[in-house]
Amino acid sequence: MLAVLATVALWPLARTIWFSLTDATLFDLGAAAYVGLDNFAALLADPDWWRAVVNTLVFTAVSVTLEVCLGFAIALTLNAQFPARGALRAAVLIPWAIPTVVSAKMWAWMLQDVYGVVNAVLLQLGVIGAPIAWTASPDLAMAALIAVDVWKTTPFVALLLLAGLQMLPADCYEAARVDGVPALTQFFRITLPLMKPALAVAVIFRILDAMRIFDLVYVLTGNTPQTMTMAVYARQQLIDFQDFGRGSAAATLLFLIIALITVIYMMAVRLRLSGRSELAG
Amino acid sequence: MIGRVLRRIAFATVVAAIVVYAVFPFYWAIVTSFRSGQAIFSTALIPGRIDLANYAAVFTEQPFGRNILNSLVVATVTVALSLLLAVPASYALGRVAFRGRSVLLFAFLAVSMFPQIAVLSGMFEIIQRLGLYNRLLGLSLSYLLLTLPFTVWVLTAFMRDLPREIEEAAVVDGASPFVLIWRVLLPLMAPAIVATGLLAFIAAWNEFLFALTFTLSSETRTVPVAIALISGATGYELPWGNIMAASVIVTVPLVVLVLIFQRRIVAGLTAGAIKG
Repeated sequence: MLAVLATVALWPLARTIWFSLTDATLFDLGAAAYVGLDNFAALLADPDWWRAVVNTLVFTAVSVTLEVCLGFAIALTLNAQFPARGALRAAVLIPWAIPTVVSAKMWAWMLQDVYGVVNAVLLQLGVIGAPIAWTASPDLAMAALIAVDVWKTTPFVALLLLAGLQMLPADCYEAARVDGVPALTQFFRITLPLMKPALAVAVIFRILDAMRIFDLVYVLTGNTPQTMTMAVYARQQLIDFQDFGRGSAAATLLFLIIALITVIYMMAVRLRLSGRSELAG
Repeated sequence: MIGRVLRRIAFATVVAAIVVYAVFPFYWAIVTSFRSGQAIFSTALIPGRIDLANYAAVFTEQPFGRNILNSLVVATVTVALSLLLAVPASYALGRVAFRGRSVLLFAFLAVSMFPQIAVLSGMFEIIQRLGLYNRLLGLSLSYLLLTLPFTVWVLTAFMRDLPREIEEAAVVDGASPFVLIWRVLLPLMAPAIVATGLLAFIAAWNEFLFALTFTLSSETRTVPVAIALISGATGYELPWGNIMAASVIVTVPLVVLVLIFQRRIVAGLTAGAIKG
């Protein structure tokens, strides 16, 4: 078991870090020679890399914020008692079940500039005057990526938060109802504070996923620098440009950034949560 | 009274909006997949005539049947390997007290946070050395990185919640370790095994980065790569009808599976996250 985990996780990671210090190329991995930090220096001097870093951060910040807000709203809806609740939950699960590549293609077709249904509907409603090239224009492509990611992953967030909502103690709400506390106050004074741990889990899961996004970007907008994320940049260097050293360096940096964010986030959450439980105890 | 009716209408509108938002893109893919020729450029929201030409074209213009078979094989082998490794491991982690147990569990969690791209070059090397480049087994092997952490994690959480008394009773009654595992533990764990197995299947079925990088020929491609690489006669005109037909073919079984097992899948998804 441990051996397998080491084979598929730790060893490849260690080799990636080693390759990042060499001049390896795709077709001759054996002939790699140690070059120190040259790859990292080249990376830091490459404006495309910095563009990819900024793209990844923007994508992560905006999409995770939207997903958590929207997911919370859907979770609250699903938590209410109403007749078609099961059907709604089933409908919400559909985007989650669809493979990322398929959802990228579906949205690419819907957002297509000439024949896309999104443009057709918006034109009919008079929202826009002329068709828009959603995925081709540099400013809109990132917005399109975020929209597709939000559509695809909000269900996961909603389900996580729904599980959290269902574990909230009912007596708090009963007491609030007896005291005549308005619904909005209930939400901000009871639901939100009690949901902090579940929210913290959902947010970190989504941040980690969004930081390493590859397939959606690769399929929807390809290797265009305007939307390229760190993972897409790294793969382009590794495979398309056959520069194993530089690609590995990019992958290593992405790994380090993600590890750093995780550690900082976990420390911040733990501090806050433990601070709160000390107050409560 | 009027306030209550209004509130009901508002709530129903919210529910309807969520359903349309969630379902429409897939609905639209289905509608498009039934239109061929010039009809495909219609933006009428109702399907009209059902035309199966795209479905025929998907299978004749590329080895799509072969791609589906590849995906099935890769996903099945991945699930089998993951469960074979994860069930004993979760028993050890959930039942046996040993030093470093929590460190080990934490290691699994940490691995699930690895970005795939960070192991891509190392994995490429391993697969090449093992002679598994452009082979399906190489994909299954690399997918263990994605499936093992959460299968172990979810199964361990489930194992901890199982009452020990049942096993103890079986041991007192003289059950051999083999009987204990096959007749007592596995049936008890069946719900969790089904849930994690399905999640692992979906993960392997949908994976794109490794499948794109570790296969070369169109005969060894899995479904996501095949769909991503469908291209038309000219580089500018994508055969959207074929792409949508292929998308519907690979997604419908998945959606059906997910809807059938939705309770277990939701439980499996959230158990891994919340209990951790």
